[in-house]
Amino acid sequence: MLSDKDRIFTNLYGLHDVGLKGAQGRGDWDGTAAILARGPEAIVEEMKSSGLRGRGGAGFPTGMKWSFMPKQVGERPHYLVINADESEPGTCKDRDILRHDPHKLVEGALIASFAMRAHACYIYVRGEFYNEARALQRAVDEAYAAGLIGRNACGSGWDFDLYVHRGAGAYICGEETAMLESLEGKKGMPRLKPPFPAAVGLYGCPTTVNNVESIAVAPTILRRGAAWFSALGRPKNSGTKLFCISGHVNKPCNVEEELGIPMRELIDRYAGGVRGGWDNLLAVIPGGASVPVLPKSTCDTVLMDFDSLREVRSGLGTAAVIVMDRSTDIIQAIARLSQFYKHESCGQCTPCREGTGWMLRVMNRMVQGRAEPDEIDTLEEVTRQVEGHTICALGDAAAWPIQGLIRHFRPVMEERIAQYKSSGRTARPLPLAAE
Amino acid sequence: MAKVTVDGITVEVPAGSNVLQACEAAGKEIPRFCYHDRLSVAGNCRMCLVEIEKAPPKPISSCSYPVADGMVVHTDSPMVRKARRGVMEFLLINHPLDCPICDQGGECDLQDQAVGYGVDHSRYAENKRAVKDKYLGPLVKTVMTRCIHCTRCIRFAAEIAGVEELGATSRGEGMEVGTYVEKALSSELSGCLIDICPVGALTSKPYAFVARPWELRKTDSVDVLDAVGASIRIDARGPEVLRILPRINDDVNEEWLGDKSRFAIDGLKRRRLDACWVRRDGQLHRATWAEAFDAIATRLDGMRGERIGAIAGNLADAESMLALKDLMATLGSANLDCRQDGSAIDASRRDFYTFNTSIAGIEEADAVLLIGSNPRREAPLINARLRKRWLQTNGALKIGAIGPQADLTYPVQTLGDSPALLTALRDGAQPFAEVLRKAAKPMLIVGQGALLRPDGAAVLAAAWQLAQASGMLGAEWHGFNVLHTAAARVAALDLGFLPGPRGRTFAGMMSGGVDLLWLLGADEFDTGRIGRETFVVYQGHHGDRGAARADVILPGAAYTEKNGTYVNTEGRVQRGFAAVAPPGEARADWTILRAFSERLGRRLPYDGIEALRARMEQLNPVFARLDVSPRFGATDPTGPEAGDIALSDTGFVYAVANYYQTDPISRASPTMTQCTEIYRPTLAVAAE
Amino acid sequence: MAEGSADGASADDMQQPADFVFDAASEAEIAGIIAKYPPGRQMSAVIPVLYVAQQQMARHTASAWVPRAAMDAVARRLSMAPIRVYEVATFYTMFHTRPIGRFHLQVCTTTPCWLRGSDAVTAACRAATGIEGWGETSADGMFTMTEVECLGGCVNAPILQVDDDFYEDMDAARTEALLAALRRGERPDPGSMAGRQGSAPEGGPMTLIGDAAGPAE
Repeated sequence: MLSDKDRIFTNLYGLHDVGLKGAQGRGDWDGTAAILARGPEAIVEEMKSSGLRGRGGAGFPTGMKWSFMPKQVGERPHYLVINADESEPGTCKDRDILRHDPHKLVEGALIASFAMRAHACYIYVRGEFYNEARALQRAVDEAYAAGLIGRNACGSGWDFDLYVHRGAGAYICGEETAMLESLEGKKGMPRLKPPFPAAVGLYGCPTTVNNVESIAVAPTILRRGAAWFSALGRPKNSGTKLFCISGHVNKPCNVEEELGIPMRELIDRYAGGVRGGWDNLLAVIPGGASVPVLPKSTCDTVLMDFDSLREVRSGLGTAAVIVMDRSTDIIQAIARLSQFYKHESCGQCTPCREGTGWMLRVMNRMVQGRAEPDEIDTLEEVTRQVEGHTICALGDAAAWPIQGLIRHFRPVMEERIAQYKSSGRTARPLPLAAE
Repeated sequence: MAKVTVDGITVEVPAGSNVLQACEAAGKEIPRFCYHDRLSVAGNCRMCLVEIEKAPPKPISSCSYPVADGMVVHTDSPMVRKARRGVMEFLLINHPLDCPICDQGGECDLQDQAVGYGVDHSRYAENKRAVKDKYLGPLVKTVMTRCIHCTRCIRFAAEIAGVEELGATSRGEGMEVGTYVEKALSSELSGCLIDICPVGALTSKPYAFVARPWELRKTDSVDVLDAVGASIRIDARGPEVLRILPRINDDVNEEWLGDKSRFAIDGLKRRRLDACWVRRDGQLHRATWAEAFDAIATRLDGMRGERIGAIAGNLADAESMLALKDLMATLGSANLDCRQDGSAIDASRRDFYTFNTSIAGIEEADAVLLIGSNPRREAPLINARLRKRWLQTNGALKIGAIGPQADLTYPVQTLGDSPALLTALRDGAQPFAEVLRKAAKPMLIVGQGALLRPDGAAVLAAAWQLAQASGMLGAEWHGFNVLHTAAARVAALDLGFLPGPRGRTFAGMMSGGVDLLWLLGADEFDTGRIGRETFVVYQGHHGDRGAARADVILPGAAYTEKNGTYVNTEGRVQRGFAAVAPPGEARADWTILRAFSERLGRRLPYDGIEALRARMEQLNPVFARLDVSPRFGATDPTGPEAGDIALSDTGFVYAVANYYQTDPISRASPTMTQCTEIYRPTLAVAAE
Repeated sequence: MAEGSADGASADDMQQPADFVFDAASEAEIAGIIAKYPPGRQMSAVIPVLYVAQQQMARHTASAWVPRAAMDAVARRLSMAPIRVYEVATFYTMFHTRPIGRFHLQVCTTTPCWLRGSDAVTAACRAATGIEGWGETSADGMFTMTEVECLGGCVNAPILQVDDDFYEDMDAARTEALLAALRRGERPDPGSMAGRQGSAPEGGPMTLIGDAAGPAE
């Protein structure tokens, strides 16, 4: 169990002063100039050896990502873009950083930008986080006023500008290239890769996009050392992580814990356990809506980290743990996610634009049981036709929850179909005249 | 170069190519909907998926993936076939099965690919999407339920046409292509949307439900409705031209075509001259060929050659112009002119009157000066090429203009409209002179608006001097260009259809300057200027201005009805071919002249078109070089004659006021009339 | 309104104002916004400037929406083709291309909120406003009710967002009370309606209970 002294987000719940003074009292902005004095290479090396993996979902090593930026600034300036478009269902960790611990993010933005030789950084906050964006803007203003950022930031000789930019309601903008498009004033439609943002990013310039949490933990890692961070968690899954525990638990909450904590311990210790007791558990989506659901039998023992969850064909994702007890209509729970992905598909590429609608419509029938048993296989095939065929990962994200459902709860689906049939109604949808 | 192996075939392709291009180089056809080699890459249809070794282990869109040396590509692996079948299924679930009533049927990419990758039944049991149709103007019909969201049309509008008016609003399954605000697309190239749409979402409005592609007889030809000479294909059924499409010709029109050239064809069926007419007692009466010829011959009897004149119109083919010239010679007349607009042209050297940089050569220019020319209205395809060059240089191409303000779809620095700017630029007294001088390959374009004025010769001479002073006349680079608006003009000049020794000019033939005036399709002047006593023979295909003033009408053939030679503004010699027969009594024009010469007993010495063409080549060897790029450097710095009238202060006015109606065919076209009405406000803005 | 018709010419033309001019307050805001982006990249400001337009409409008409004339004004202000603004305004769900009620009730019904009773919140909204379906406005013009996707407050589910504020840990009774307060012209403080401290578990934090407020080392 992680002790409070090893927790990074010490004002996670907003119990203390959110302002600069309070933040400094909690250790933020302590010796920032000295960290910068180590130089970009050293900072990137330290981040690499900390083993920090990106906290936005994909789990790509953060230090390595930083090292992809050109070592020299050419004609095009470098940019850091921080992804605060937190929209993955189940996930609400970045929100707490923005509203309660924003100085960690502002300081991290400076350090990371410096390490990647960027003089400017944009924080892209989802549009719905209006109040959170205001809290962040206050922190930015304070940091400017205190000389921590701006010209000669922290007296380091490095000029650094930080801007808060709000989105306007589009999950897809959390995809890094869609975010860049949106930031450039266009629709949030993901770009084709290659080229990757480190070569051609914002305004065609070298750019790195990092998650809020990844950036906000950087100052503490650099202050306390890579060794401290990598000693926490499990090998290749090091450090602490913000977990969001929602759904059918007695006390939903956010909490910072070590990676690799057993799921059951996480739920029991911090969220007051599953509603009705552990045995009342039906399933858990362990990492936000995009990752496949896990049945109770897996939840009994699985550890909460990237590799352990991948082994059980799911993922850590954003570490958003959505708990469902036995009262849950699991088909409807997943169908509602299909609705989410259909709503959030940008419409750019064929498999996602057409596939998300198809999957939703079949899922909605599956909820009623208004289908033939062989349509479960068809549905599975459709998810495979979407997965891996799209420009961005939204197609995969739309496919996986359904695949997880079929993998673990196929009997429930079959039973629903049988029930519907026994009620004497026609299964196949009757074709109607144009909708 | 990069070596790429596609299905076991190794090819070398330029570095920077995409995998799809490498596959094509290896002879592998890659299905695609969104990819178009003249548009930016969208990568959205996902049909062109291939498998690439050592790349991410999933199907990869070949149009957007750059080649690398040593790359190994599979275009027909099980993974690829499965992926394409999947994409095809997705494309079809919301696509209506209305092929039997879809005008794209038979030439539809989706239909064709579905044969290769589709299945015979649908697993999609839900309701299909229905999308409200959009209004894009009088030329493009929309059936948006058929749209597969490839965004080619959006990219074409934004990139090639330069009108950012099409977009995709909303998102996901609800995404809709359109203009959002109901509005006709303000482009002279909007018909190209029909060509690039891979499905039946955008089809031709005038051609709606007219024919199926397999019913059509296809004839390759050239366009004559401006002086660009775009390569076209004429599709006809029976006696009727049903549509005109562009053919690919990278040197001229790439694969685009102006809306007038594409849609004016309904004018070919209206106001046609399909019989001879002779004026008696002030009234035109139908006549036989013999009666018509007799009427002219009677009038000519005893008339001295110097009292006879001929004017060649803007759509005339070279053959008929030469036949007319030869006929005039046998009559002893040197009164010939092809400049019914009074344009001052010095025909003493070919590079004084052609577009010497060549159209494709625009893609090398690094500075452009437009002199009294609005290429968007005078030659939309040349305008598109200028825009393309501007895009190629990422906006670095500097374009200046002397003339009224105009929206040309790319930024233009309007220096003013006074001819005096020419001398100021020559003398370096105008800041833009520096731009031209610093450029490695500067070019200027003299429009007809600069030449059809009393001081036209002085303008031409001043433009040449400016070209010389700005380094436009190099051994490898000829930056002096005249942009014509008449398809017949350069051939006429090449043939010397100009006043001979002591011959009268166009103006000289007006107001009774001649007693008999032969108009070969000449309609673009005020026929009220012709002397009241002058006997007018009008030979042509439309009952337009010339025919209204005629004493004898001889029905000729339109360009779609005769084999003929045309020389475009570049000096490129091209052949047009008859797709249908002329209506009624109408005949190919040179044969009319040949027959008349026989009636006079002064038989022209050619029995067939080949003999006539041999005579053309003999007269001017340029006619022997078909379809060749006429590029050359400037060899002689001596400029054209400045004439007697000095540069005036009067500002330039553009020669074409209304793009849509410039000739008897487009004036007879209901579609072009409709365009004129709909786009009048736009035209007014462009004319500002 | 991503699901709405993208067709610009419809019955709502009746409601479209003929023109739109940014007022002084908006202009001041816009100048500050454009300064955030590099020169020549003013198009980056399209989302924030659309917000400015929408807020101005709210100030002047008590309905936060972006008429077409406002989109055109944004296009002119940012030197963009109008179609590019229409695309953005219809792509992002937070811009309303038709008028909405004075209060915008946004019920999150995505799975985490649904698991914790968003159906009850929806039902309470319906009952209190008389609104039948999503996207509709109450007869008195006070409320528009929209179904929204995950708002990113899942450990405080279910969430009802009113305009820019999140009301969390909702249930039927709390929804009723909130709407009644709004009708009275009150604006209850946003946040947990169950009295929780942010995302801490009910009953108080289990972590960060020592002297966590002090320096980390």
